[in-house]
Amino acid sequence: MNLVVVDYNAGNLTSVVKALASLGVDALVTSDPDVVLRADKIMLPGVGHFAATSFLNEEGLTDAMRERIEKGTPFLGICVGMQWLFTGSQEAPTVPGYGAFPGECERFFGPEFGRTLKCPHVGWNSIHFNRQIPLTEGIAEGAFMYYTHSYRAPVINETVAVTEYGGDFSAIVARDNIMGVQFHPEKSAAPGQRLLQNFVRL
Amino acid sequence: MLTKRIIACLDVTGGRVVKGVQFEDLIDAGAPAELALRHSLSGADEIVLLDITATHEGRGTLIETVRETARRLFVPFTVGGGIRTADDAAAVFEAGADKISINSAALASPGLIGEIGRRFGAQAVVVAIDARRNGNGSAGAAEVYASGGRKATHRKLIDWAREAEQRGAGEILLTSMDADGTRAGFDCELTAMVSDTVQIPVIASGGAGTADHFADVLQHGKADAALAASIFHFGISDARQLKQHIAARGVSVRLPC
Repeated sequence: MNLVVVDYNAGNLTSVVKALASLGVDALVTSDPDVVLRADKIMLPGVGHFAATSFLNEEGLTDAMRERIEKGTPFLGICVGMQWLFTGSQEAPTVPGYGAFPGECERFFGPEFGRTLKCPHVGWNSIHFNRQIPLTEGIAEGAFMYYTHSYRAPVINETVAVTEYGGDFSAIVARDNIMGVQFHPEKSAAPGQRLLQNFVRL
Repeated sequence: MLTKRIIACLDVTGGRVVKGVQFEDLIDAGAPAELALRHSLSGADEIVLLDITATHEGRGTLIETVRETARRLFVPFTVGGGIRTADDAAAVFEAGADKISINSAALASPGLIGEIGRRFGAQAVVVAIDARRNGNGSAGAAEVYASGGRKATHRKLIDWAREAEQRGAGEILLTSMDADGTRAGFDCELTAMVSDTVQIPVIASGGAGTADHFADVLQHGKADAALAASIFHFGISDARQLKQHIAARGVSVRLPC
């Protein structure tokens, strides 16, 4: 299997690659669209600023991923990689997202913020399912996942699971072969490893 | 609901754990990778590895220790001690750390916080602060110390915490030098003052002697996380047991884990 991890200079990919290695998958880390075009599975990680995703358009990676996604190749976006699947983000209003899912990511806000809640949202929080998909097989309702982010994706029809932090946001979104998770499965102990294993087996 | 974190801290030098959280029944109590894995499997929400000697000669050993420790660790992993430049940080990240902790280097050149943050994301930069109550002894009068607490900076804790946040720190690891080593409990007042001042998470450190002390600092001290070191010598066998205890006190923690 040719699992490609797309590198767009958005933070540290070591953890994702290492987590895949522990599942026996030798992932290929690349910024080369030609390599992406040969992928059997695509993973788009990323922590940091949404603006970093402009690299994907500039380097032809968006087009390459789109071509594979439209042919049914399983795709998993993590953190900013999931937010990129939406229309865009208030974090970088001029940078368009991929647009697979409707809605814009927005900064955490509400009366609790600055009082009882902090931003960024950092730590272990529970996920609550609207439905189960093959990616989430064996992961319990209420399982804890590790988060670190300041922007949240809205809850939409394609939301598979939500997490609550000053209101619900999308923890997992999916439509057919396009999937995204806001948390870091590579840092989320056994439930996170299970999710990665499920993705590898799709 | 977002849970409060219990973070296991390992002090290492020359590739061996010399102090910190240990288990009596562990076959090799000195191997960081084994200890870190054991803690993560027994409920620790995060692991911090501190290079306490942090000599130039020891950097190669540290990088190997980080690489070996990170290999099987699937919870957040922070490395601190002796990181003076963005390139030092890069080497530690490349070896598998998720976050780095900087203390004296950030005080000497505060721009380092933003520099590392721009390359690896703000979430990856933990600014560690050692503070002591000076002057009239109030929390507001607490000042920051560098070089492992040996060097006064004459900076107010509250000012430095605020500046660290503005410069792009992702979290603050606050050690009360007054409480550290006393086993009489965390300095809840000091921790709450910093937590109320900044928007970023605050990790409390120093003074833990009982499981109740953790509940105290996570509730009254408004800490988002607490660092556990010698606590495991005093009748608590692992992080899971500690978390069960503080959950019974009404603190939300990651359980089962």
